[in-house]
Amino acid sequence: MALKHVNAVVIGSGAGGGVVAKELATAGFSVVLLERGRWHTPAECRKDDLRNQRTSVLGNGFGPEDDRNPRVVVDSQGRERVVLASEGGYQNNAACVGGGTFCYGAMAWRFAEKDFRMRSTYGAIEGSTLEDWPITYQDLEPYYEKAEWEMGVSGDDSGNPFKAPRKKPLPMPPMPPNREFEILYPAAKRLGLHPFHIPMLRNTVPYNGRGPCMRCRWCVGFACEVDSRNGTHNTVIPKALATGNCELRTRAMVREILVDERGRARGVVYYDENDRRQEQTADLVVVSCSAIESARLLLNSKSKLFPNGLGNRYDWVGRNLQGHTYTGAVGLFDFDTYDDLGPGAQIAICDYNHGNPGLAGGAMLANEFIRLPYQFIQQVPPFVPSWGLAHKQWVRRAYRRTIAVQGPTQEIPVFDARVQVDPKVKDYWGIPVARLSGGRHEHTIEIGRFMAAKAEEWLKEAGAIRTWRRNPARGLSAGQHQAGTCRMGNDPKTSVVDRFCRVHDVDNVYVIDGSVHVTNGGFNPVLTILAIAYYASDHLVREWKGRKGRV
Amino acid sequence: MPRQGQRLRRRKFLELSAAAASAAGLSSCGRSGGGPYWRYFSAAEAAAVTAICARIIPADDYPSAAEAGVPRFLDRQLVRHYRKYQELYRQGLRAVDEASRARHQRSFVDLGEEEQDEILREIEEKQAEFFAMIRNHIMQGYYGDPRHGGNREAVSWKMLGLPTPPVRGRLPYDRRSA
Repeated sequence: MALKHVNAVVIGSGAGGGVVAKELATAGFSVVLLERGRWHTPAECRKDDLRNQRTSVLGNGFGPEDDRNPRVVVDSQGRERVVLASEGGYQNNAACVGGGTFCYGAMAWRFAEKDFRMRSTYGAIEGSTLEDWPITYQDLEPYYEKAEWEMGVSGDDSGNPFKAPRKKPLPMPPMPPNREFEILYPAAKRLGLHPFHIPMLRNTVPYNGRGPCMRCRWCVGFACEVDSRNGTHNTVIPKALATGNCELRTRAMVREILVDERGRARGVVYYDENDRRQEQTADLVVVSCSAIESARLLLNSKSKLFPNGLGNRYDWVGRNLQGHTYTGAVGLFDFDTYDDLGPGAQIAICDYNHGNPGLAGGAMLANEFIRLPYQFIQQVPPFVPSWGLAHKQWVRRAYRRTIAVQGPTQEIPVFDARVQVDPKVKDYWGIPVARLSGGRHEHTIEIGRFMAAKAEEWLKEAGAIRTWRRNPARGLSAGQHQAGTCRMGNDPKTSVVDRFCRVHDVDNVYVIDGSVHVTNGGFNPVLTILAIAYYASDHLVREWKGRKGRV
Repeated sequence: MPRQGQRLRRRKFLELSAAAASAAGLSSCGRSGGGPYWRYFSAAEAAAVTAICARIIPADDYPSAAEAGVPRFLDRQLVRHYRKYQELYRQGLRAVDEASRARHQRSFVDLGEEEQDEILREIEEKQAEFFAMIRNHIMQGYYGDPRHGGNREAVSWKMLGLPTPPVRGRLPYDRRSA
């Protein structure tokens, strides 16, 4: 039985797809929203510190499942191995309704103005595809505001002189300071820095019919038990469904985008929850699977007109894969710094995002989220034995007396950091899997080192009696902040989608998620993904409403 | 014919576990915390693992990893999520035993604490992959959630001054579904 034709099929219900589904459904489009994972509820917050989205040693909390979704990872020596979804190197992002927004830490940053003009600001960098975005901060500003008010953001960035101009303040006040904030704030002031309250997609007062954060210990990586953290699963997706125009189908794994003989998309093929092959036709196809899976889907959508995959005429799909290079420092204090209040991360500075001598960019620095004991074990410093009584006693002494400061260094894009589809390995449904290869640019490492040194300075000023740095890793970077694989640009030869997220080659296929980021900012990227989704949806509605009498 | 194979394996498993349970004088398998029934380890392996746990996280005024149920955690995970590490465990534990016999003509379990530490340092160097793995797994068992069989009565959380989570009456549910 054929499925009913709809105006739009949206693939992926994370930050990108959730917003698009709501915007289109509200404008009267008929929408099918396909999600490969399940719809979890707040009651499924198991508070399991070994099986969640951040610590997945006993499996991912919210998908994808180990037994169905392998990837192939190629290391710097060219050795390849098959990696399961909960293993290191997989570059995982949650696969569930809400995607990453269901279980993230929820920092809600606007990128800085210069983040959209990296090439003009810093010039060409050898070995990098560094480029300006085809849009500016000003193009996105109204949509940042819409995301902040519709999804709900708390915080106070009035103390941040480096922020891009905003028209409206945040809708909710910041969380009352925790002890780490109280310790770090005066230290930053003494250093002449500009500390302020981190903006977060988290209720601090009742908002959108849901209550405030209860400040528990199980935040990033977990479902929010009191449903006070805002993701697409509890904001825009329920709104989309309430219009009556949007149908959400979970456990739907899309195989490929179907293209007709004129080179236009006519729908998608997917496997439903019972593994039956389904064909959903649509006027429009929106790809919002996050950077790795969006690229994989385009590359797997081969046809006579697009033998190398959709949008891939110039071999740019899957290129420039990037995330963030997290570096920083940990400080040990001779008094208690731990107060058992979540989410923990509360104070940030943007003094080092730009304007660092000799460096092309930088990062926001913030104190780390609250640490569960097993997470803390990972940050035992190199000068402490890794086992035995000395290790145990160090953990006892330090657990309540450390502060970690770190930041997401903006990465210098590398053409060879990429997603391909593997010629041999297939997933549970028989679909070729993503094959990841490449590494980080040397200059990214340099910036990361600089940021670690700045974090250390801050901790020392705050009174740390001993500090140690977390220096940058070198391998491929993507993870939950994955971006860049379907670059937005004006020139079809050096990008995949246009300034409105439409695939250059194909009139009715859009990629709307972090894939389109030209560069990924020195910030957690989710608010930018949400803003782009609102912005692109606006264009979609204007462009497609009333067209051919269908929409 | 994978179906039939599975059925046979399952029947075989039931027989074997029934035999093991009756031999041990238990009416049900596995649930009891300190019983003699092991899912994966042989008795000798279990003894060696227990001794290793006691050296990786030794007792002070708080219990060691051995006393906090970590051997049980490892055994349980080795038939679940860590099934893929079964062979590495078997080889690694054999290497521990061989190293002990080569140096002291006794099994690891029978060595003194300092001798055991010496053997473990040798294994850390020569069987680096195995050592890093079991060390990490022991840390998970000791510092991780009690629902997985280690960190009995949340001893490590108490040690760190963390109140255990009395969250909205859901703990019994979590324990059951572990």
